Amino acid sequence: MTRQEILSELKKVIAPYTANKELLAGINEDTDLIKDLKINSANLVDIIIDAEAKYNIEIDYDSADKMINVGTCIDVIGEKINTRG
Amino acid sequence: MSRRVVVTGMGVVAPNGIGIPAFLNALQTGISGIKFVPHYRDLNFGCQVAGLPDFKWDKLANYISEVTLHGLKATNIAYGLVAALDAWADSGMPYDTDETRWETGCVFGNSTSDTEAMKNVITRVDNKEVRKLGSRVVEQAMNSGVTSYISGRLGLGNRVITNSAACATGTQAILMAYEYIKDGYAKRILTGSAEHVDTYVYGAFDSMRVLSRKFNDEPEKASRPMSLTAGGFVPGSGAAALVLEDLDFALARNARIYAEVLGGSTNDGGQRGGGTMTAANPVGVTRCIQQALETSGVDGAKVDLISGHLTATFADKQEIQNWSDALNRRGNGFPMVNSLKSMIGHCLSAAGSIETVASILQIVHGFVHANINLDDPNPEITEIAGIDNVPVQMTKKDVNIVAKANFGFGDVNSCLIISKYND
Repeated sequence: MTRQEILSELKKVIAPYTANKELLAGINEDTDLIKDLKINSANLVDIIIDAEAKYNIEIDYDSADKMINVGTCIDVIGEKINTRG
Repeated sequence: MSRRVVVTGMGVVAPNGIGIPAFLNALQTGISGIKFVPHYRDLNFGCQVAGLPDFKWDKLANYISEVTLHGLKATNIAYGLVAALDAWADSGMPYDTDETRWETGCVFGNSTSDTEAMKNVITRVDNKEVRKLGSRVVEQAMNSGVTSYISGRLGLGNRVITNSAACATGTQAILMAYEYIKDGYAKRILTGSAEHVDTYVYGAFDSMRVLSRKFNDEPEKASRPMSLTAGGFVPGSGAAALVLEDLDFALARNARIYAEVLGGSTNDGGQRGGGTMTAANPVGVTRCIQQALETSGVDGAKVDLISGHLTATFADKQEIQNWSDALNRRGNGFPMVNSLKSMIGHCLSAAGSIETVASILQIVHGFVHANINLDDPNPEITEIAGIDNVPVQMTKKDVNIVAKANFGFGDVNSCLIISKYND
C-alpha cells in the first residue's frame, strides 16, 4: 500500500471521531489529530482499535504513542502492514 | 424570603408515548404501552410482557453530535438524554452554549448502568480481548453516565448528582432538585430519572416471582393495579425530565410555568416494623406522606389526587391503607387515586419522574386519567378509597394539588406535593 492509499483509508477510520468533515477532507501528513481535527484525546485509542481491525494489524503501545499526526499514523500503519505475518 | 420552585419544562420517553403531546394523548385516552416480548418467551421467563417506549435510535442524531452518537450503546443514557433535552427545549432554552451554565445543575437518577452494555465488557475481557474495548465503555458503565451525558450536552455547571433509591429514585431526584433551589444553591435544575429494564435486570425480577405472569397473551391487560386479578407488576422502561426553577428566575425570563412544587419528603422505614428489603414499613410511608404535606404547608384534606405507587401486587391494599392513615380520609372522603402503571407498567427508577410529569399534565389540563384494566376492583381497596374515587375512565376535574409518592426496595419512600401555579 502506498502512503496515499493508506491516507485515503485513514480518513474513513478517523471520520466518526471528528465533527469537522471539511477539514478531514483536506488533511495532509502534517495534520494534528487533536489540535487540528479537534479529536477528543480519549478517542485516539478508538481510532487505533479501528485501524487494527481495518488493516488486520496489531499496534503495540509504544507505536500507538507515536500516532500524533496523520504522517506518523501512516508511518506506523505502513510499518505494521509490511511486517504483518 | 423563602424561594418558590416551579416547573418550566418537561420531556418524556414513556412506553405509551414519546414527547409531551403524545404522552398527554395517551393519558387522556388510556393507551397501554405494554407489549409481548418474544425474546422473554424464548428465555423461559414467567412474565413475557414489558412496557417499552417506541424509541427510534436514529433520532438521537437530532440531539447529540455524530461523534458522541458513534459508540453510544447504553439505552438508559439514550432515554435520559432525549427526555432531558426535550424538557430543556420545552422550557424555551437553546442546547448550545460556549460558556458553562453555572446557575443550572442536574439531579438525575437511575438504577444501574446498562447491563447489556456491561455484557459486552465481560465477554471481551473473558475472551482476552480487553484491548478492543475502547474509550467509550467506562462513561456508559458508570452509574453517573446519564447525568454526565446530559450535563455535557448542555454545559451544566451547578450541582450534578446521580441518585439511586430503587423505585423511589425519580421522586427523590425531583425532591433533591427542589430542595437545592429552595435553599439557594442553584437557580435551575434539570431533574428526572431513566430506566432501561434490560434482559438481565428483568430476569432477576422474574425469578423473584413478583411479575405478572397470567396475561402474556393479552399484554395490554397485564398491568392491573388495585384489581382482584393483580398478580404482579409489569416491568417498564423509559425516562422523564423536568426543568425546576426558582420562581423569580423563571419569571425574569418570561418562562411558561406548568406547576409549582410545594415540597416533599423522603425517608426510610428502616426495614423494621413490618418493613423489609422488599416491603414497606407502613409507619415509614405514613410519616413520609405527612412530612411532605407539612413541609408544603398543605392540609391532607386539600389533596385532590393521589398518584399512587400501586404496582399491582398484594402491596396495593396496604398502600391505600397508608394513604388513608396519612391523610385521615376514607371512603367517599378519600381523594381520587390513579396508577399510571396500569398503562405503562412499573418503570422502576423512571417511575417517579414519568408519573410526576403525568401528575403535572393532569393539573394543567384538568383531568384525572383512568385506571385501565380495573374491571374487577379489589373490594378491600375500594372499601377504603371509595369506588367513585378510583376512576376507570378519564374524568374531567379541576386538579389543584397532587400527592405523588413512590416506595422502593430498601424500604425507601419519597413523596412530592405538586400544585397548580397561582401567582
